[in-house]
Amino acid sequence: MHTGMGSLAHTVGTYAAGLAAHEGEAHAATGFTAYAWLLVALPLAGATMLLLGGRRTDKFGPVVATALSWAAFVVGAIIFVEMLGRGADSRAQNVTLYEWVTAGTFKLSAGMLVDQLSMVFVLLVTFVGSLIHVYSLGYMEHDPDKRRFFAYLNLFVGAMLLLVLANSYLLLYVGWEGVGLASYLLIGFWNWNPAYATAANKAFVVNRVGDFGLTVALMLMFFHFGAVDFQTVLGKSAALTGANQGFMTAMGLMLLLGACGKSAQFPLQSWLGDAMAGPTPVSALIHAATMVTAGVYLIVRSAPIFEAAPTAQLVVVIVGAITLLFGAIVGCAKDDIKKALAASTMSQIGYMMLAAGLGPVGYAFAIFHLLTHGFFKAGMFLGAGSVMHGMNDKVDMRRFGGLSGAMKITWATFGLGWLAILGVPPFSGYWSKDKIIEAAFIGEGWRPWVFGGAALIGAGITAFYMSRLFFMTFHGKKRWDADDHPHESPRIMTVPMIVLAVGSAFLGLILSWNDMFVSWLEPVTGAEPEGAHPVVPVPLLLTLTLLLVAGGVFLAWMRYWRDDVPVTAPAGSLVTQAARKDLYQDQVNEALLMRPGIHLTRSLVFADSKGVDGAVGGLAALVGGTSSRLRKLQNGFARSYALTMLAGVVAILGALWVIS
Amino acid sequence: MTAVAPAAFQQSNVDYVAILPMLIVASAALVGVLVEAFAPRRRRHVIQVSLAVVGLLAAFAAVVWVAVDPNKVGHKGLTMGFTDGTTNHSVFALAIDGPALFMQGSIVLMGVLGILTMAERFGGVGPDAFTPSGASTPGSASESAAARAGALTSEVFPLTMFAIFGMMIFPTTNDLIGMFVALEVLSLPLYILSGLARRRRLLSQEASLKYFLLGAFSSAFFLFGTALLYGYAGSVYFGDLSKAVATGPLAMNGLLLPGAFLVFVGLLFKVGAVPFHAWTPDVYQGAPTPVTGFMAACTKAAAFGAILRLAYVGLDTARWEWTNAVVIVAILTMVVGSVLSVTQTDMKRLLAYSSIAHAGFILVGVLAFDRKGVGAVLFYLVAYGFSTIAAFGIVSLVRQNGGEATHLSQWAGLGKRYPLTAGAFAFLMLAFAGIPLTSGFVSKFGVFSAAIGTGGATGTTLAVIGVVCSAITVFVYARVIVLMFFSDAPDDAVEVVTPSMATTFSIAIGTLITLALGVLPSSLLDLADRASQFVR
Repeated sequence: MHTGMGSLAHTVGTYAAGLAAHEGEAHAATGFTAYAWLLVALPLAGATMLLLGGRRTDKFGPVVATALSWAAFVVGAIIFVEMLGRGADSRAQNVTLYEWVTAGTFKLSAGMLVDQLSMVFVLLVTFVGSLIHVYSLGYMEHDPDKRRFFAYLNLFVGAMLLLVLANSYLLLYVGWEGVGLASYLLIGFWNWNPAYATAANKAFVVNRVGDFGLTVALMLMFFHFGAVDFQTVLGKSAALTGANQGFMTAMGLMLLLGACGKSAQFPLQSWLGDAMAGPTPVSALIHAATMVTAGVYLIVRSAPIFEAAPTAQLVVVIVGAITLLFGAIVGCAKDDIKKALAASTMSQIGYMMLAAGLGPVGYAFAIFHLLTHGFFKAGMFLGAGSVMHGMNDKVDMRRFGGLSGAMKITWATFGLGWLAILGVPPFSGYWSKDKIIEAAFIGEGWRPWVFGGAALIGAGITAFYMSRLFFMTFHGKKRWDADDHPHESPRIMTVPMIVLAVGSAFLGLILSWNDMFVSWLEPVTGAEPEGAHPVVPVPLLLTLTLLLVAGGVFLAWMRYWRDDVPVTAPAGSLVTQAARKDLYQDQVNEALLMRPGIHLTRSLVFADSKGVDGAVGGLAALVGGTSSRLRKLQNGFARSYALTMLAGVVAILGALWVIS
Repeated sequence: MTAVAPAAFQQSNVDYVAILPMLIVASAALVGVLVEAFAPRRRRHVIQVSLAVVGLLAAFAAVVWVAVDPNKVGHKGLTMGFTDGTTNHSVFALAIDGPALFMQGSIVLMGVLGILTMAERFGGVGPDAFTPSGASTPGSASESAAARAGALTSEVFPLTMFAIFGMMIFPTTNDLIGMFVALEVLSLPLYILSGLARRRRLLSQEASLKYFLLGAFSSAFFLFGTALLYGYAGSVYFGDLSKAVATGPLAMNGLLLPGAFLVFVGLLFKVGAVPFHAWTPDVYQGAPTPVTGFMAACTKAAAFGAILRLAYVGLDTARWEWTNAVVIVAILTMVVGSVLSVTQTDMKRLLAYSSIAHAGFILVGVLAFDRKGVGAVLFYLVAYGFSTIAAFGIVSLVRQNGGEATHLSQWAGLGKRYPLTAGAFAFLMLAFAGIPLTSGFVSKFGVFSAAIGTGGATGTTLAVIGVVCSAITVFVYARVIVLMFFSDAPDDAVEVVTPSMATTFSIAIGTLITLALGVLPSSLLDLADRASQFVR
């Protein structure tokens, strides 16, 4: 962006043009794409079968679920190949399923938008999802409720695909709630443990706050455009001028609130750490690779809305920057391997959010980073699961150390993921994250310096905490308990890890070849504005980033490999203590939201218990009081009923006569 | 009208095909009476149930047959008249048009489900809900003595068929006298059916008597209104009424408003609109539960069909006179129905107040004065009818010591022990509350948007009040769900008895239609929309 409003107008212009062209392309589906509904139907069929089939499906259910997930991947792959076969201008297709709602002039058909952006998600979700299904076959082997677990996993895959394929905000909302439900069920999967059930409830409640935002955004759309489908809403947003900016800003902020809930962004980030209570494959699939990135998808998909509301866009960047630093700082102090990874997820999604808020310079890289992150973070989570598998389900990294010898494959695959997230060339993360840092430095005034600086510092901290995690787990002295006998996990678990590790290593390089990925997404996200250069020369920026990363790794090496790591955590500085407590996010939430909420609930309960029937629970005071009083009129005497009727007729007729 | 010489009757003009559905139901009812007299006692139950179901299904087929024939729709199925030498007066007409056929079809289908729930025997000799001898306690020696003496309860089926016959005429008839006859034909069997409960007999007999007394009272209002309107227009035929208002003999103007409103009172009584609702909770609670479900669904549908025809055909030109009166009734109905449902502690009374509140919401659709409103009302009646039959069907299964456990506290913890039953009931509660993906949402959306769209400021006000009242009722339904799923069961816990296939079928169909109309409402909305044109 060169100059203030001029560049804005330019961007919006590009958008409108791009979108107009894009909408022109989204014609009715032909060929195999018309079967896109199978993507959603297959996993949902699996979930239905397993849930309704009951114990009869215990034996073969998990395998069938896995097969259905792969089948969805195959369908996705065929559609993808077909899409590749068409020209870039005619790739987006609209699959209309049925007339969903027809009420007066408001018509909404349930349909799927199969375009370049949704295809990226389809392939990521089905591929990584299927790998994790396979991994779970091993990881959950001895769990008595294995069938239920796979049913939920299938439910998740189906709902996530519905979310990304929906062609309207309303259908997206259905998928959005579906993944929320699956996430809730899976976090609390081991709900015999009250702490886990609480974690599930926390995720549920925090997500409701976000969903409230999405609902309001939907209402605003309906109010303003009289429609909720992408084509109308985005088309009209792109064509908007400054006059409606307040409205667009409100809509953007509400969408952002929804995105923050789902993607664990500041200030709705607190549930993600606790969500690690779920089985590790769930953390890998839902709380690292796919569901938590839905917020980024929402922002990128709604790009024209944000383009028309620069204030909302700025807030997106700010939220991203805060979260990326927040997550990174928290990650430095966590000793629980899964919680450290969760903090890192939060931080990486912060990067994506930041990129998504930057506008056309960032959209493609936000999605690119989302894709590579999906691979390396899922791989690392599976690695963590493998470590827990070998270490009696322990998660405290202070009890690990020196595992590289005992678990070679896990070490190697985790190592590749580590290099990828650090952004070391030529591993995947380098191609996506460094591009985001570069993009953050584009602009004028204070913005590039603040946001670029945050992204740059974040990279350094990332290097530190990820190396800390890696070294504490796999290197240094062994700090195992006496009864720990770490061993490599079975083949069925290591193979998915290896596949993901290969992706972590090479995916970025391959997709960056000839700017393949960015140009693939261009019809959807709009072209990168010409001549946008970072305020700092690119080679300097690159050197600076790599130096910071090297510094982070070195510091971690000194403290967590070379020196002995104490088995119990030292008291630490004030910052460490704060970081260990997630920077007091729960305390803040408690003071701001929970306490007043509790008082409100208490007073309601008080009013409730004063109600008429204690056994049943009472009523809110006002309605209840009126109700009890009115109830006395219903005294059981036919004569007074007849009198009521007569009085009613006389009163109404009398009133009308008086009026006229 | 002193010159009227009723000697000069015209030949009546009857199109038998167009009124075939009603003829089938009437014949089935009459054959049912013969079955009662001649069929062997052991087989009577099965024969009666099959006869009723087959009759209703045949009637439905006939409705479809008439509906798809463009020559039949919009036809006056039956007219009779007399002439005073200069003008012809039609005194009785059945209008076979879209709304009439739609209402007949839905009443017949809901009637099938109603019959199936009434037929529940739980392994006994006769229908479980009905008593063969009103003075004896269930399972007592005197009851078995009555049974040995030949007292049976299979006459409930012909009675129900007569009621359905009346309900089919009610929304079809195009004049006030015909409407009154239909009103009585449908009401009389219902008075009897309400008093036949086997358990809590006194409550049931009291309810029956109250219903009869108040019903007679409201019929008197209807007749008085009819007399006033006849005095105003010189005719009871809707077409003449409408014309008379348009051309306006101003001298008699004072008769129009009271006449119109009193006629409305008779009809609003049947749907349980406030302040003519007082019988509803008592009768809903006292009547045998399957009868309550049947009444809540079918009577409401038939009466709203009649209200629609009166409002859109007979008194459409006099709208400005009576609209405000009905608006007041609609507001009172919504507010009182939803507020009073809050303090209910008996499940059947709760559903009764819920039905009152729903009647208010449906009135909002009626007051849209547009084809959209008609379509939305028709849809609402079908959606609500099926949900309510299923809900009362479930109520009849939750039992303690052999009898129904209708106190709310007895339902505590039901979800933990009977997740399927409680789940279905919870789903129906969500439908009553109007939560998306249930038919209740689509219905409420339909009537409110029609009111906002074409009802002007009044419509918007009504819709706002409706939404607020819906919010109040959400609390009520949510409380039931919370009670079932999040409370601990009392020590003397109730049980859910396993019903016969027939009852299971009708509950399942009711629930599935509630879901189907929530997820895929388009086809029925479309049908209701196409059926929303009245003939005059």
